[in-house]
Amino acid sequence: MGDKRRMIPVWFFVGVLLLIYGVLILADGIIEWNHLPNTVLASLHEPVWWGALLIAIGALFVHLFRPRKSSQ
Amino acid sequence: MMHFALVPAVVAGRIISLSPLDLAIIVIYFIAVLGIGFYLRNFAKSGEDFFIAGREMTAWVAGLSFLSANLGSLELLGWAGAAYQYGILAAHWYWLGAIPAMLFLAIIMMPFYYISKTHSVPGYLQLRFDRATSGLSAVTFAVMTILMSGVNMYAMAVVMKVVLGWNIHFSIWVSSLTVGVYVAMGGLFSAIFNEVLQFFLIWLGALLIPILGLVETGGWSGMVARIHKNFPGEDFTHLWRGLGHFTTNPMGIHWTGIIFGLTAVLGMGYWTTDFLVVQRVLAAKDLRSAKMAPIIGAFFKMAVPFIVILPGLLALSVLPYHLVPENAMRPGLHSYNEVLPLMLARYCGPGLLGLGITALVAGFMSGMAGNVSAFATVWTYDIYRVFVRKDAEDSHYVAMGRWCTLIGLVVSIGAAYAVMGFASIMDYVQALFSFFIAPLFGTVILGMLWKRTTGKGAFWGLLAGTLASVGMFLLVKFHPQAISIVALSSHAKAMAEDMYRALWSWLICVGVTVGISLVTKPRPAAELAGLVYGETELPSEGHLPLVKRPIFWAGLAMALLLALQWIFW
Repeated sequence: MGDKRRMIPVWFFVGVLLLIYGVLILADGIIEWNHLPNTVLASLHEPVWWGALLIAIGALFVHLFRPRKSSQ
Repeated sequence: MMHFALVPAVVAGRIISLSPLDLAIIVIYFIAVLGIGFYLRNFAKSGEDFFIAGREMTAWVAGLSFLSANLGSLELLGWAGAAYQYGILAAHWYWLGAIPAMLFLAIIMMPFYYISKTHSVPGYLQLRFDRATSGLSAVTFAVMTILMSGVNMYAMAVVMKVVLGWNIHFSIWVSSLTVGVYVAMGGLFSAIFNEVLQFFLIWLGALLIPILGLVETGGWSGMVARIHKNFPGEDFTHLWRGLGHFTTNPMGIHWTGIIFGLTAVLGMGYWTTDFLVVQRVLAAKDLRSAKMAPIIGAFFKMAVPFIVILPGLLALSVLPYHLVPENAMRPGLHSYNEVLPLMLARYCGPGLLGLGITALVAGFMSGMAGNVSAFATVWTYDIYRVFVRKDAEDSHYVAMGRWCTLIGLVVSIGAAYAVMGFASIMDYVQALFSFFIAPLFGTVILGMLWKRTTGKGAFWGLLAGTLASVGMFLLVKFHPQAISIVALSSHAKAMAEDMYRALWSWLICVGVTVGISLVTKPRPAAELAGLVYGETELPSEGHLPLVKRPIFWAGLAMALLLALQWIFW
């Protein structure tokens, strides 16, 4: 059971993945700001704000559920 | 009447071309799930760990996993396509076809599953009845699960080929090997972790479609106006108005089919007795978490039409061409099932497209992981341990579970290749799966709620219900006019037939079970403690504050469900 108490919560893994995806998508949205893709409503620059949203959710999860040293 | 060209504005041959960023996002996902599986291998050492994830999941993890096990990519693609074909009627499968059943599982059935400490649904039937009833349900479940896994694998590979131009063999082998490796390492831990991951990916990958779609159409009323303009005289946006007769709605179904067939039998059967989903709740850390998990799942399930049904409706309003059924496909056309990728390509550029495709791949892989982990549990505990080797060490069963995971995948791959040669098998396998669910619900619910039910009654009732369902299917297959008997109307369509067939097979199962139980000897009441209503002491929740009681949240979910029916009446 000792091992199980130290299991990293699934939320931490979710946070890391969303954080990585958010950074990639936001960066691409900024770099390609003047080269809009051929999609409907591309002028809204959705990669920028959606990437920022992913970063916010990911960072929150990473912060709240990061592995900590056991107090026991 | 219809002014649209039937030629899509996308490149023929494939719908989406991925950029390097999109590919990077997909590759990162594969690395992440393999890494998590590798990490979790240290935690799946005993049978309890490997098969039931140590029974230590919180209500939220078990609830999201419970929901995600059913939220596979084929489910997403298929129901988005159904929404394009049938309109908002498809939402019945997410609302009335799921929510009452989830709440019923939480409040009424979960105490018996959890208190009996069973590891599976066939396991419960063995505790309640006998090896014969349990064995029948275990063997049927194992075979159907693995066949379904193979059929889904093939269907997804075909979608990947059509949407992305990927090689079918590449899709099948890469995804299967990845799933095999991480489930064999971490067992149900891996499956559940991946399902929670998939839950977030699906929402964040697909949510942009309805948001941008509603921006484009000017909101719900703008979307409805466009649909009326594109499809004059057809009603795609009301849940109940057209259900007074089989001919007044696109699905060819009557409201009795929705209420009695879908809500009372098929939905109840799937969400309360299909071990693929019930296994996730059994992994909860205590009874209250096990009861809260399906309720949490129910709230999110009610929201899923926003990312599945709404894109189908939006496609009816914004796509400048018409989609066609699978059997009417010709080069240059697109089928109903491609509606979600088409909408993804319409709104999402590089990066977001990769996220959306990753969500579909994740849904496919977690669906496969769910199938093989459920198969490994039922095979090892309910078939191998009961009929082959009863008294082995726990480590032996864990090793068997790991091998079963890999063997199950290999058999699934074999089934996928077999399906390639016989495309219509897919329809039969889907139907075969539904044959079993409705009567099984009759057997389990009688076992839980009526202590007079006997093992003989349960076995023969289950068998009679299943055979009757198969018989009705074959009758309509070879004599199509028989649909007026099975589905009560010659105007009924395939979906309506499924609902009524389920209803009749459930009634036959219940009738036979009750009849035989009344003339056979029941088990003594003392042996039924923890298994049957009236013989089980259920923990009181009276001391808990209102907001911590499952019944409070179940009532809230039910009220929300009724409000949705009223809003979209």
